Amino acid sequence: MKKYSKDFLRQLYRTMLRIRVCEESLVDPILNGDVRCPVHLCSGEEAVAAGICASLNETDYIFGNHRSHGHFLAKGGRIDVLVAEIYGKETGCSRGRGGSMHLIDPENGMMGAAPIVAGTISLAVGAALASHIRREKRVSVSFFGDGATNEGVLFECMNLASLKKLPIIFVCENNFYATHMPVAECRPECDIADIAKPFNIPNVRVDGNNVLKVFETAKEAVAACRDGSGPFFIEAITYRLRGHVGPDDNIQGTHTDIRPQEEIDMWKKKDPIINFERYLLDNDVLSESEVSEIKREIDQEVREAHVFADNSSYPEESELNAYVFK
Amino acid sequence: MSLNNRKLQYSLAANEAFHQMMGEDESVFLIGQGVKSPWYVGNTARGLLERFGPDRVIDTPVSENAVTGAAVGAAMSGMRSVVVHPRMDFMMYALDPIINQAANWYYMNGGKLSVPIVFWGIINRGGEQAAQHSQALHTILGHIPGLKVVMPSTPYDAKGLMISAIKDDNPVVYIDDRWLHSTEGVVPEEIYEVPIGKGAIRREGNDVTLVAVSFIMRHALEAAAELAQENIEVEVIDLRTIKPLDKDLVLESVKKTGRLAVADSGWKTYGLAAEISAFVFEEAFDSLKAPFVRVTLPDLPAPASSALEKLYYPTTKDIVRAIRGMVNK
Repeated sequence: MKKYSKDFLRQLYRTMLRIRVCEESLVDPILNGDVRCPVHLCSGEEAVAAGICASLNETDYIFGNHRSHGHFLAKGGRIDVLVAEIYGKETGCSRGRGGSMHLIDPENGMMGAAPIVAGTISLAVGAALASHIRREKRVSVSFFGDGATNEGVLFECMNLASLKKLPIIFVCENNFYATHMPVAECRPECDIADIAKPFNIPNVRVDGNNVLKVFETAKEAVAACRDGSGPFFIEAITYRLRGHVGPDDNIQGTHTDIRPQEEIDMWKKKDPIINFERYLLDNDVLSESEVSEIKREIDQEVREAHVFADNSSYPEESELNAYVFK
Repeated sequence: MSLNNRKLQYSLAANEAFHQMMGEDESVFLIGQGVKSPWYVGNTARGLLERFGPDRVIDTPVSENAVTGAAVGAAMSGMRSVVVHPRMDFMMYALDPIINQAANWYYMNGGKLSVPIVFWGIINRGGEQAAQHSQALHTILGHIPGLKVVMPSTPYDAKGLMISAIKDDNPVVYIDDRWLHSTEGVVPEEIYEVPIGKGAIRREGNDVTLVAVSFIMRHALEAAAELAQENIEVEVIDLRTIKPLDKDLVLESVKKTGRLAVADSGWKTYGLAAEISAFVFEEAFDSLKAPFVRVTLPDLPAPASSALEKLYYPTTKDIVRAIRGMVNK
């Protein structure tokens, strides 16, 4: 506890809360049809993005996936350009050409995201390769889900990265479901961290709902990578409180009929933000009034982001052909 | 020997492009299976490893998907990547990073990050290698928005187009044919660019426009010479780039000759010849005096046995016969 500054802990809390409030602010717009692109909410998984990114510098690289609002924000992205992108506006981070699944912010090292499962892992290896060639000590992080561990390219990537000692951290966010399919139906064994062992890659399984544990693990991984001892593999155990896509939580008995209510209830008790908030209050890091103030600030930032998106224009029809080539 | 008349092999022309571009720009690097092995890449990579070291001349395990993706990711992160697939057939493992990622990245991210990469694929036709060692798959890639596709037929273009491809800020697919590697031609020693998207007229004529590219250009020129003996004057266009197409060059020629023949070393259905014919039909229909003809591979996999191979690959005779038929109609 003592080894963290108050500012650092407050910042971790703020990072997670910004993600959660932003995600939940999209629920109604999705349901009433104002948001039309596919949106994969990461409510419940905020501690992974926040903990990992807190260990990185601005110049370090991250690559995301279909569920990357949290990665984008944790790496320093602005909420207003994120929300505008989701609404398909010209002011969005991808100028309305990408939508929720294609978020980018190169100035902050967020190099992009893509929904082809495991499709960005090799790209992150490439960023690490660039860093290695230039002797820069920049670290690259690949965020992917448990579903991606069934794609062959991940294994090619671990082999290549280990062979060339590249500064990459493979971060598997294991939320136990690949869209509708429970991880136990995808794999004969579920200790995902172990898949890194045959490639001589240090691997750690961590409670992905405990932001400080994620941060400590990430710090170790980043230090190894900067030291030339990369790559590193982190399996972060977490859970999405919403469904695979859209606000639906996929409770059994509803039309999507995937997850048991008891399972969801159990994970709600492990909510990474509520638990961290309690921890900060119990340890006198933050007072009740400070927490309220942070919540008020973030609510306002998110509200303003929606106003910004609402007031922004759609891309010009005359610019349909723009950006095919540079 | 004067500087500008120096002759060089096609493969060494590409090699010179690598030496000069890697020497000039530290962000350029070469990665792929066999880059240190002449068995894979002939002499195209000669001297590169010794000069630039294993950090910039990276031989890799057989992991086409990851290696190509890594080359794409490095290009997003400030490098200029050249990734080689010594047999284009194996490049099919890498279609996700090429098509889903690299080709779309600039557009789907609203122009925030471009991908300066060369996907270099080598076609290895013939030699009884059968269906998985010899495919000419260029039109698959020519179909994809966001990719440029070049196919040099001469040593001069091999160097100039490789330099242009490396300097381009976008993904460029560079396809050559092993059968071209030993051909010789004039190659200037200095760094020069051949513009992407510009074809070249290799022989002038007023009777028929014959469009070809890459290896089959050799047959096209032989056919034109043979037809000239029969007083059929063929204008031969070397496309050099199949995406974006130099439509103006083709249209101007067809408007003059009124006849279009296309020779392609790929398959017929949905192929390069179909695309050329379609846009000529759309944009120069009134100039046409005869139906167009297409000389291509038949729509079947490459056989191994040389008894079948000789029927499979189009020859000079096939082009002569096709053009004679259209002129005498």
